[in-house]
Amino acid sequence: MTPRRQVSWLFTVYLPAVLKGLGNTFLHLIKAKGHKTFTIQYPEQKKELRPGFRGEHRLNSDEQGREKCVACFMCSTACPANCIRIVAEEAPWPDRDKRPKIFEIDMLRCIYCGMCEEACPCDAIELTEKPYQVATSRAEMIYSKEKLLGN
Amino acid sequence: MNSILLDAVVVVSIFGGLMGIVPLLVLAERRIAAGIQNRIGPNRVGPFGLLQPLADVLKLLFKEEVYPAQVDKVLYTLGPLLAFLPAALAFAVIPVGRGLEGGSIQMADINVGVLYAITVISLGVYGISFGGWSSNNKYSLLGGIRSSAQIISYEIAMALALISVLMVAGDLHLGRIVEQQQGIIHWNVFYQPVAFVIFLVACFAENNRLPFDLSECEAELVGGFHTEYSSMKFGMFFLGEYIAMVVMSSLLVTLFLGGWDPGLFPLPDGLTGTVLSIGAFVAKVLVVLFVYVWVRWTLPRFRYDQLMRLGWKGLVPLAMANIVVTGLVVSAYDTLRKASDG
Repeated sequence: MTPRRQVSWLFTVYLPAVLKGLGNTFLHLIKAKGHKTFTIQYPEQKKELRPGFRGEHRLNSDEQGREKCVACFMCSTACPANCIRIVAEEAPWPDRDKRPKIFEIDMLRCIYCGMCEEACPCDAIELTEKPYQVATSRAEMIYSKEKLLGN
Repeated sequence: MNSILLDAVVVVSIFGGLMGIVPLLVLAERRIAAGIQNRIGPNRVGPFGLLQPLADVLKLLFKEEVYPAQVDKVLYTLGPLLAFLPAALAFAVIPVGRGLEGGSIQMADINVGVLYAITVISLGVYGISFGGWSSNNKYSLLGGIRSSAQIISYEIAMALALISVLMVAGDLHLGRIVEQQQGIIHWNVFYQPVAFVIFLVACFAENNRLPFDLSECEAELVGGFHTEYSSMKFGMFFLGEYIAMVVMSSLLVTLFLGGWDPGLFPLPDGLTGTVLSIGAFVAKVLVVLFVYVWVRWTLPRFRYDQLMRLGWKGLVPLAMANIVVTGLVVSAYDTLRKASDG
C-alpha cells in the first residue's frame, strides 16, 4: 500500500482547483489567450496542401499536343503496387518507335509513392497536387489514358 | 370560469416554455462543449444548427422500439416515463414571475412548496432504478444502484442546506420566499453562501450530471442505466434529465438568487413589471444552466468512493454546522431586536 500523500486542507476541498479549471475552460470557450478552433468546414473550406503533395497522376503532352510517353514500361516496372497497365503500339511519328495504345492506372491500388515519376525517362508521367479521387464504382477508379492526359 | 381559463393559460404556457427550452438546452450544451474543446459543434441543420435537436428527435422517433429478450417489459417501459414525469411535476410550484396584481405566477400555489418540490424531484430516481433493474443487465443494474445511493446521500445534504435557508426565510411557500428577496442585497445567496454551494453541488448530484454522473459512467458501465434503451424510450430519459436540470436550476434561482426579482431595480407596476420579472427569472435560470454545462465539460468524473466521501464526510457535516451557526445568528438577531424594541 502506498502511503497517503500529505496535502493541505485547501487541496482536499477541491474548490480552488475547480475554480481554476472553470477559468481555464472559460478562456477556451471565449477563445481568449490565443485559443482557436482548428476545424476545417469541409465542402466550403478545403485543407491547404503543402507544395510537393503527391496526388493524381498526369500524362504530359509535348508542344505538338502529342503524349510524351514512348511506352517504355519503366514506370510500370518501377511501380511497387503494380497499378500501371500499358499496351504499346507503333507510333505514327518519325521521332519515336512506340506510343501507348492503352495507359491505365488503377487509382485504388496506387500508393502515390511517385516512383513512376522518378523512373520516367521522358518526364511523361507526373503526380499532380489533386488530392480528391471520387467515384461510385471500382471501374471508375481505373483512370484511362484520356483522363490522365486531361489531368 | 374566467379564472379557470386564466389558470389554463398559465399552466399551458409555463409547461410549453419548459418543454421548449429543452431542445435549445441540448443544442446549447453541444455548442458550449464544442467551444470548450476548441471545436465548432452542430451548425449545419438550420441557422446556427438550431434545427439539430429537431432532427435528433425525428431520428429517435423513427427508430425501432426494441425490447431486448431478457427485460421486464412493464418496468422497462415505466422507467423512462418515471424519469420524465416527476421532473415536470416539480416545476408546478416554481414561481416564474410576479402576478399582475402582486403575488407570484405559479401553476400550483402550495403552502409547503419547498417540501413538495424536494419530494417530487427525488421520485425521479425511481425511473433510473427501474430502468437499471428491468434491463436485466449487470451494467444497467450497477448504474441504477449507484444512482439511487447517490441521490439518497445528496438529498440529505440538500435538505439540510435548505433548512438553513428556511430558517432565514421563515416560510415554506416558494412565492413568499421570492417576495422576501427583493433587491440584490436581500438575495439568500448572500445570507447563506455556504448553503448555496452545498445546494449547487447537491443539484449536480441529483441530476446525475458530471462530475457526479456515476449512473451513466460510460467508461466502466457502458451506458449505465440506459445501456439497453434505444429510440424514444432513450429519448424520454434524455428529456427527463434535461427537464430535471431546468427544474433544479429554477429551484436554485428561487431559493437563493431572488427568483423573479431583477435585483438591480424595483419592478414597475402592472404588465411591464410582470414581463420584466419573467424575463429576469428566465435569464437567471439560463445562467445557472450555463454553469451546469460549464462544470460538466470542465471537471472529470468522481470515483464512487470519492463521491460518497464528499457527500457524507464533507457536505452533510458542513450543512449541519451551517444550520447551527444560522440558528445561533437568527436567535441572537431576534433577541437583539426584541431588546431594542422593548
